[in-house]
Amino acid sequence: MNVGVIVFPGSNCDHDAYHVVRHVAGFPARFIWHKETALGDVDLVIVPGGFSYGDYLRAGAVARFSPIMSRVTAFARNGGLVLGICNGFQVLCEAGLLPGALLRNADLRFVCRWVHLRAERTDTPFTGAMKPGQVIRVPVAHGEGNYFASDATLDRLERDGRTVFRYCDEAGAPTRRANPNGSSRNIAGIINREGNVLGMMPHPERCAESVLGGVDGMLVFRSLMAWAAARHLPAQHAAA
Amino acid sequence: MHNTSQSQELVVSEALALEHGLTAEEYGWIYEHLGRTPTWTELGIYSVMWSEHCSYKNSISVLKTLPRDGEVMLVGAGDENAGLVDIGDGLAVAFKIESHNHPSAVEPYQGAATGVGGIHRDIFTMGARPVCALNSLRFGPLTSPRVRYLFDGVVRGIGDYGNSFGVPTVGGEVYFDPAYEGNPLVNAMSVGLVKVGRTSSATAASVGNTIFIVGSATGRDGIHGATFASEELSEESEARRPSVQVGDPFTEKLLLEATLEAIRAGVVAGIQDMGAAGLTCSSCEMSAKAGVGMHLNLDLVPVREPRMSAYEMMLSESQERMLISCAPGREADLGAIFGKWELHAVAIGHVTGSGRVTVEHQGRMVADVEAEHLVLGGGAPVYKREARRPAYLDAVRAAPIPPDVEPGQVAGSLRALLAAPNIASKRWVYEQYDTMVRTGTAQGPGTGDAALVRLKGSRKALAVTTDCNGRYVYLDPRRGGQIAVAEAARNVVCSGARPLAITNCLNFGNPYKPEVFWTFKEAVAGMGEACRALGTPVTGGNVSFYNENPEGAVFPTPTIGMLGLVDDLDAHGTGAAFVATGDLVVLLTPGAWAWCTSVAALGGSEYLATVHGMTAGSAPHLDLREEVAVQAALLRLIRAGLVRSAHDVSDGGMAVCLAEKAIFSGGHLGARVDVSAPATCRLDALLFAEAQSRIIFTTESRAWPAVEAALSGMGVRAQVIGRVWEGAFEIAVAGETVIKEAVPNLQAIYDHAIAKTLGIPSAAD
Repeated sequence: MNVGVIVFPGSNCDHDAYHVVRHVAGFPARFIWHKETALGDVDLVIVPGGFSYGDYLRAGAVARFSPIMSRVTAFARNGGLVLGICNGFQVLCEAGLLPGALLRNADLRFVCRWVHLRAERTDTPFTGAMKPGQVIRVPVAHGEGNYFASDATLDRLERDGRTVFRYCDEAGAPTRRANPNGSSRNIAGIINREGNVLGMMPHPERCAESVLGGVDGMLVFRSLMAWAAARHLPAQHAAA
Repeated sequence: MHNTSQSQELVVSEALALEHGLTAEEYGWIYEHLGRTPTWTELGIYSVMWSEHCSYKNSISVLKTLPRDGEVMLVGAGDENAGLVDIGDGLAVAFKIESHNHPSAVEPYQGAATGVGGIHRDIFTMGARPVCALNSLRFGPLTSPRVRYLFDGVVRGIGDYGNSFGVPTVGGEVYFDPAYEGNPLVNAMSVGLVKVGRTSSATAASVGNTIFIVGSATGRDGIHGATFASEELSEESEARRPSVQVGDPFTEKLLLEATLEAIRAGVVAGIQDMGAAGLTCSSCEMSAKAGVGMHLNLDLVPVREPRMSAYEMMLSESQERMLISCAPGREADLGAIFGKWELHAVAIGHVTGSGRVTVEHQGRMVADVEAEHLVLGGGAPVYKREARRPAYLDAVRAAPIPPDVEPGQVAGSLRALLAAPNIASKRWVYEQYDTMVRTGTAQGPGTGDAALVRLKGSRKALAVTTDCNGRYVYLDPRRGGQIAVAEAARNVVCSGARPLAITNCLNFGNPYKPEVFWTFKEAVAGMGEACRALGTPVTGGNVSFYNENPEGAVFPTPTIGMLGLVDDLDAHGTGAAFVATGDLVVLLTPGAWAWCTSVAALGGSEYLATVHGMTAGSAPHLDLREEVAVQAALLRLIRAGLVRSAHDVSDGGMAVCLAEKAIFSGGHLGARVDVSAPATCRLDALLFAEAQSRIIFTTESRAWPAVEAALSGMGVRAQVIGRVWEGAFEIAVAGETVIKEAVPNLQAIYDHAIAKTLGIPSAAD
């Protein structure tokens, strides 16, 4: 599976995503500069975390106008896999690939800490390696991660099973205390109706190696590896 | 602020020179050297270059006594923007700490943010990519609304800048004491990585090279920031708010990528960031370093505002700018690289053989000065200030120490210490920082004595920490200076690393006051002694004088930033938390250490400050030979795989050290400790005194014989004082239990004390 990592000016988790994909998961990977007008031969696009264009206006609001984003949108509409992490989730919402918006954290402060997530869907390309209801431990780091959507949208997301991750406590209960940013209904990650575009605020790429204090993030990448293997996409990178 | 255009240039006089912070004598030297009255722009240039901030005129003679050589040093102190240390495998580390105290005192958010931006630029201007940041902060008591405003603003400023820039803040310290009220200390440290031989230099390089200004446009912000940093804060300081620069981390991120790309591509012959004194300092220092001159045409400088005068452009401290001497023939490549990152790269001059910095503006020559005459090590003044031992030392040492704590009050004292903002968890602070971006943070803030940052593709890791206990330095400047270095090294060792080198940020009062200067000399002497004993040379840093408010000087605070290297992260990386039930709790001390030290042992302790409201006595015991032995012993044990966790005994003494080891376990593990001290010992001194060179580590019980064997002949003493278990946190003295607390209760106190003091509901509540 060929992976493209989008680089906006101000992206700062681009190298982290690339590192995990290329050196830990072992996929062929390359950076795609925001001014490029074609994605090239990729099976998965990662829109990484960071502060695209400084996020001075509203997180992700400027990035969505980058030349590459129209290609990402077309790619997604054709069924290509897109994973938006943190700022990438914000960009995907701004670009209309996912519903809702990420507001400033309820306490108006940036928050960086480990949280627990409950995996509510395990039949997606991103979560196949997880068990239904599995609780995973993953870091968050954001100032605008407070997921918001209208009640009707939230009801629809829940009805359609599109809330892939919810903030929860160690036992898996989505309590108010376990919610680091005030997100509606503790939502930490959602998927589009077609099941090929996932946006999540927590950072799986930050916990894919034991030296970093946790490996649960690797479940996302292992899911993608299994998904790719089932479709006979080029698997291991030669140099991995 | 002067915003007069060139046609209204001010008439230069001695009075104007004094207004610029120069002395009459200095103005005389300038007049004599030029052979004429300086222009207004020249006066501005001299005033910033000869300010303490740029020239170190009052400190350099003392700084030169510090050890600056060592086998790991690739670039020595003062030669470049930061020191450079060889860490093997063809890699080097550039690291430096710098103050942004005065800007943060009047505009905490931007003051702290631009402090972070400035120190990162010092690192990447050398071609090194910043891999982590630390910061050392000091404020007045949190009970003051003004202090809470400063604290909140500084933390937000550091967070917003560093988080966006994409470099993790992995460690640091925060202290609160009335001595810092009105003049907070904000010291920021950056650590960067570069391949040996791929560094760039702050030089104008060769005659004929084109000089480019790159990055942001130049505005009126920050004019005279360096001069502002070189005077005492006063009621009028609020009016200095325009001297504070405004940070733009997004532009800094672009500047980082463009600069590193340009250096890699070989288009940079020399480069210096524009920090203090902006265009003036970079052009003069780059010229002086290469023994050449530079001609600048200010009409070409991209500006944010119309009608800026030459004076304003030369003194602007607008952030996120660099000055580059371009490799001949590579001008177009330089433009293309910065263009890709949508940044200015504008040719504004060229290198000359004249040795002079000449500046033209609107068809007029507005400055023509000799570069060498302006810089440190050249013509900048050097003073040996008068030093006099301050009288307060006798008073604080004579203060009577209150009677011993009753056994029934010990647990209460421990709880009070865990809730003291100096000891309590800084979670409220560091959770506002991205501590993990770049996926290098193997040990972040909160659970280890030093932060550990792995080096991808290697078994090694960097260990970094900042340390200084200003109260110790106040009570005994020399020993306090020694302890700052010794504790930093001890923290690095407790994390499994070998200490390599230090950077320092020396925060003191007005050097023209002989008592202040005495504390400065003594503290630097103490630091030097400790650096020599521990084999950690000084790679550079920064001096911040004039840290005073109307009440007097801050505690003398020589903040140490220590770099260490872990050879094998998986095998040697060590945290502070208890690891497993059944492990032995071991107290490692110098061989000659005795339980019963005198009552003087309580001197300078957090216990005296928190429980008795006293800053009294002298700094705690330290003997550098003992310190070296204890550190060597622990490192030997760690490398032999015999240590499960290690934490040094520091603020709050042995009781707090042990409690923290339990709390850091996540509240899952407690310990039963029995201190078999003679009944004649003072309980408070035993449990809460802060005598140095003590480490509490844990080891598997079956490893104990190996521990004893490994330590034989090392001049240290290791005593088993207890065992880790899943029960409560218990300390007994000679068999009598004096503390028995549920670990989750201690953890709740420790974790939420600061948020509670701020009146903010903690996120975890």
